Amino acid sequence: MSVRQSLLAILNQGPCYGYQLRAEFDRRTGSTWPLNVGQIYNTLDRLERDGLVQKATAEIDSEGGEAHNTVEITDAGRLEVAHWLDSPVVRTTATRDELAIKLAIAVTLPGVDIAHVIQVQRTATFRTLQELTRTKNATDDPESSEQLAWLLVVDSLIFAAEAEARWLDHCENRLARALAAGTAAPLPLSTDVPKRGRPAKARA
Amino acid sequence: MTGPGLQIDADLLLRLDGVSMQYGRGETAVTALAGVDLQVSRGELVAVMGASGSGKSTLLTVAGGLTPPTAGEVIVEGHWLSQLSARELAVLRRRSLGFVFQDFNLIPSLTALENVSLPLELDGWTSKKAHRPAMDALRVVELGDRAQHYPADLSGGQQQRVAIARAVVGGRSLILADEPTGALDSTTGELVLRMLRSRVDAGAGGILVTHDARHAAWADRIVFLRDGRIVDESRASAVSSLLGGLPR
Ligand SMILES: Nc1ncnc2c1ncn2[C@@H]1O[C@H](COP(=O)(O)OP(=O)(O)OP(=O)(O)O)[C@@H](O)[C@H]1O
Ligand SMILES: [Mg+2]
Repeated sequence: MSVRQSLLAILNQGPCYGYQLRAEFDRRTGSTWPLNVGQIYNTLDRLERDGLVQKATAEIDSEGGEAHNTVEITDAGRLEVAHWLDSPVVRTTATRDELAIKLAIAVTLPGVDIAHVIQVQRTATFRTLQELTRTKNATDDPESSEQLAWLLVVDSLIFAAEAEARWLDHCENRLARALAAGTAAPLPLSTDVPKRGRPAKARA
Repeated sequence: MTGPGLQIDADLLLRLDGVSMQYGRGETAVTALAGVDLQVSRGELVAVMGASGSGKSTLLTVAGGLTPPTAGEVIVEGHWLSQLSARELAVLRRRSLGFVFQDFNLIPSLTALENVSLPLELDGWTSKKAHRPAMDALRVVELGDRAQHYPADLSGGQQQRVAIARAVVGGRSLILADEPTGALDSTTGELVLRMLRSRVDAGAGGILVTHDARHAAWADRIVFLRDGRIVDESRASAVSSLLGGLPR
């Protein structure tokens, strides 16, 4: 996840201390992926090691008394932020998708009613979609950039749930065809046991 | 609604009891609906999804009293449709039901405004009196400036919006919409859904047929049809736990 770049981009607006960064990240992403303080400090350590941020002078907060160790961005850090905003997010390896794995495995097992697995999943997916839509519709047009950011996150979850629902329909049709064509038989355990240590080579 | 026995069901707008529908007979008979039970209450929007040919449009035409089912009962606002005379049925349809058809069904010789006013005028309103709510409904679907245009001079999506305005004008209590967002882009589609939703939240009931999962998600309940049967149903629970609330 681009926590590292996100925190860096926030720091580009001015020095922050750890808890403050966490709050800033949360309010800009609708509190959808809350970070714990440990993650924040780990990330800051690595950013500092890479020369993208540096410790700044301690600041006394307005209530008086407590000092915070703030962190500020370096010139290299600013460049990194510009680079991040300017380049696409590329998903190099397929993200491990819990549901795709579940269906892929299930379809190879004997005695599993895949149609039922799909149906149960679709009901759950639609419920999520309904909940997200309801949450979104409870609000009017955004009145601040904080609300706009929140809406973008909700929309992204809505589109992802929709895609999942459509994919499930597609799986159902594909399965029906495979059953009709007799190509949906379970996969027995292979007698060709891979050697220990290194993965088996794909055979032609 | 009259009769003490029906008072408890005052919120029930539509009830389908074991409704079946068969087109044709003998060799070529098609079973479009097979024993469908469905209820829609005031304040409830029900979405119907299912593959092409699964019986969605048939369900709407039967629910709206446009065709009698071959078996089962349809009850609208406490009236058993099978017990009504053709005249009574026509009055009930005009006063209580708003239809959006898949092919819009606008009358080509009438302007957008006249199309939207028509159900009210058929119900005895003067056209002067009917034009005001009709105009309001057109404005909601952002077609106030097209009121004097004829259907042929409107785009597909605009015709669709006129059809929606016609379905909700005059506060009909049950809105039956067949793919009302079919020809619309995603923002205009949301406009239509918002209007439908607000009518329902104000006390109407609605059935929304759609292929679009995102649009179905505006409903309180989604039923899935397959080969004329309801095979599954999804109900919205409260607000999502996936998200923090809206930032203020
Ligand atoms: N007037 C008719 N005469 C004969 N068969 C019909 C008639 N209307 C519909 N059918 C058949 O009934 C079945 C259900 O049709 P229906 O129009 O209700 O499907 P639908 O779910 O609305 O499909 P779509 O998503 O394509 O609009 C189909 O098999 C269709 O061919
Ligand atoms: Mg249809």
